[in-house]
Amino acid sequence: MSPDFLYTVEVILNGLMAGVMYSLVALGFVLIFKASGIFNYAQGVMALFAAMTLVGFQNGQVPFAHLINAVFGTKIHGFGWTLPAFVAIILTLLVMILFAYLVERFVLKHLVNQDPIILFMATIGLAYFMEGFGDLMWGSEIKVLDVGVPQGASLWLEEKTLGWAAEGSNYYGMYIDKLDLVATAVAIVLVVLLSLFSQYTKTGRALRAVADDHQAALAVGISLRKIWIIVWAIAGFVAMVAGIMWGAKSGVQFSLSLIALKALPVLILGGFTSIPGAIIGGLIIGVGEKLFEYSIGPMIGGATENWFAYVLALAFLVFRPQGLFGDKIIERV
Amino acid sequence: MFYRQAGDFKKSYREDIQTFPLKQDRWAYYALMLFAFLVVPFFINDYWASAVLLPFLILSIAALGLNILTGYCGQVSLGTGGFMAVGAYSCYKIMTAFPDLSIMIVVLLAGLVTALVGLLFGIPSLRIKGFYLAVATLAAQFFLVWLFNKVPWFYNNSASGQINAPARNMFGFEVTGANADAPVRYLFCLSIVVVLAWAARNLTRGRIGRSWMAIRDMDIAAEIIGVNPLKTKLSAFAVSSFYIGVSGALFFSVYLGAVEVGEVFGITQSFLILFMIIIGGLGSILGSFIGAAFLVLVPVFLKNVMVAGLGWPTDIAAHIEIIVIGGLIMFFLIVEPHGLAQLWRLVKEKLLLWPFPH
Repeated sequence: MSPDFLYTVEVILNGLMAGVMYSLVALGFVLIFKASGIFNYAQGVMALFAAMTLVGFQNGQVPFAHLINAVFGTKIHGFGWTLPAFVAIILTLLVMILFAYLVERFVLKHLVNQDPIILFMATIGLAYFMEGFGDLMWGSEIKVLDVGVPQGASLWLEEKTLGWAAEGSNYYGMYIDKLDLVATAVAIVLVVLLSLFSQYTKTGRALRAVADDHQAALAVGISLRKIWIIVWAIAGFVAMVAGIMWGAKSGVQFSLSLIALKALPVLILGGFTSIPGAIIGGLIIGVGEKLFEYSIGPMIGGATENWFAYVLALAFLVFRPQGLFGDKIIERV
Repeated sequence: MFYRQAGDFKKSYREDIQTFPLKQDRWAYYALMLFAFLVVPFFINDYWASAVLLPFLILSIAALGLNILTGYCGQVSLGTGGFMAVGAYSCYKIMTAFPDLSIMIVVLLAGLVTALVGLLFGIPSLRIKGFYLAVATLAAQFFLVWLFNKVPWFYNNSASGQINAPARNMFGFEVTGANADAPVRYLFCLSIVVVLAWAARNLTRGRIGRSWMAIRDMDIAAEIIGVNPLKTKLSAFAVSSFYIGVSGALFFSVYLGAVEVGEVFGITQSFLILFMIIIGGLGSILGSFIGAAFLVLVPVFLKNVMVAGLGWPTDIAAHIEIIVIGGLIMFFLIVEPHGLAQLWRLVKEKLLLWPFPH
């Protein structure tokens, strides 16, 4: 096989891996959108917040240390202990559940029956609020997240693929990050768990009922408020997983919340209401932008990854407004 | 008490649709204009111009533009920053290509160029709406910023990748450039704002504005009663982009003087303008101004209190500022989804009867 072909394969594989990461964020969007019709812009910031909280717990940071120091003139920074990753993850999960409760209690409850676009804007406000709150609570510097996920190049793959190229050609094997492989496995497990949960548990059935029809669900005695809290808590859990993966990959920092924006074209491709759609949309975007950058990027100045996903989604929308797997849009006067 | 209005004695259609039906409102408006044009320029200094008044005036043009598109025509756009960048860069290109052209004409031409670009990105709105359109406008945002970053022609191959506004005169006074005086810059922006606000008010209460609102309220029904969605949506995109382009041109040439596209016209700017019209009031000319004033003043106020008053470090102040703005957005959406302009309307109604309850 020629090295050029192998490079292309490598680009596609890396694109698939990147796509999985986008899908992780997109999953959280789909969950909330299905259950409550809310387009949750804050999903990316939730991932960032979860990752920050996780790191904060692990390192035994004092919450609001900067603020306390500024107000009282003290010099506290940490409790002086570190927590094992497992305990920190459990604690973070509890925080995300508490967060889900608070969002429902203070924001969503008051916005029932508003236009979807008003709800969308409210989640933009929520995103700003959480971004400032997270920074205030844990500090805004870039943090290293380490929960024991393997990282670095997979040497086994590199050696294995080295032999594929023709003898004497300038080829050193495929570079694939172990972290990406783990992320793929995690995403698969997550999707299987979520679909099992929504198929076979009572709560899961209630979730699907609410997604189908709010009023009918209310009529058979499902508490909408409870369901919303559960959905936001699950979305918080998904956000945490995404935050761990992205945080381990590129450090916990503000740019993490911008991947939420990248998840939007993913959703458009897959359709807002489809979980498999979120995965496949993510893969298409991941592969598409990597291939475009690799083949056409150098000709027009590079860094096309900034906008390619959006333009692809835009072009796609013009021909299929409901996405690949979305429900057909029917409009009545 | 304060708002006297005895009965409804309007004799013509003209009287019925006038902007200020009450005499005292009219006089208040004239007084405000006189104050803004004849008093403020004598007291303005550089701090007030660059921290409060210029950003307020320029951003309220952008808010007006976005309000026409989102508030009146119902098309949500997250690409405002990108369109402002188009205004800024076309202003720069025209300024440097035709040094003798009056700066006023340059700004208007920049607006027209942006209107064309806006038309182009408005075409998808014929097929898609709601969130989908919002995401589609993100494509404009990211693509345009990338374009101005990567193609050297747009910044005349300058080494830093920045664009710098050369000095230009109007009636013998320098409007742009490093030596422009605060009163001149202020008056230049103010006159443009007044004209554009007047135009927006008249556009939105006329035939075009009504067709925009029909499309906003329900596009299928509007189409059935004979509103052409193609013309209506595209005209909203064009007019809105014209406003946003003018605002971007002023933001670059008069206010900042030097611009790095990713920093100034990024996605944050788009959200800021969107917040302005949410807080001020969707579908309200007055609301655009109130929203712009609010979001320009709140950060200045918070910064003065926390950094200058309490002596906290600036990074904490910045975090609290984001928290407050995010919190206010949610608060306003919950308490008054129609914004501060609606609050003002309610106050007026209350004042009509005060101090009697009925």
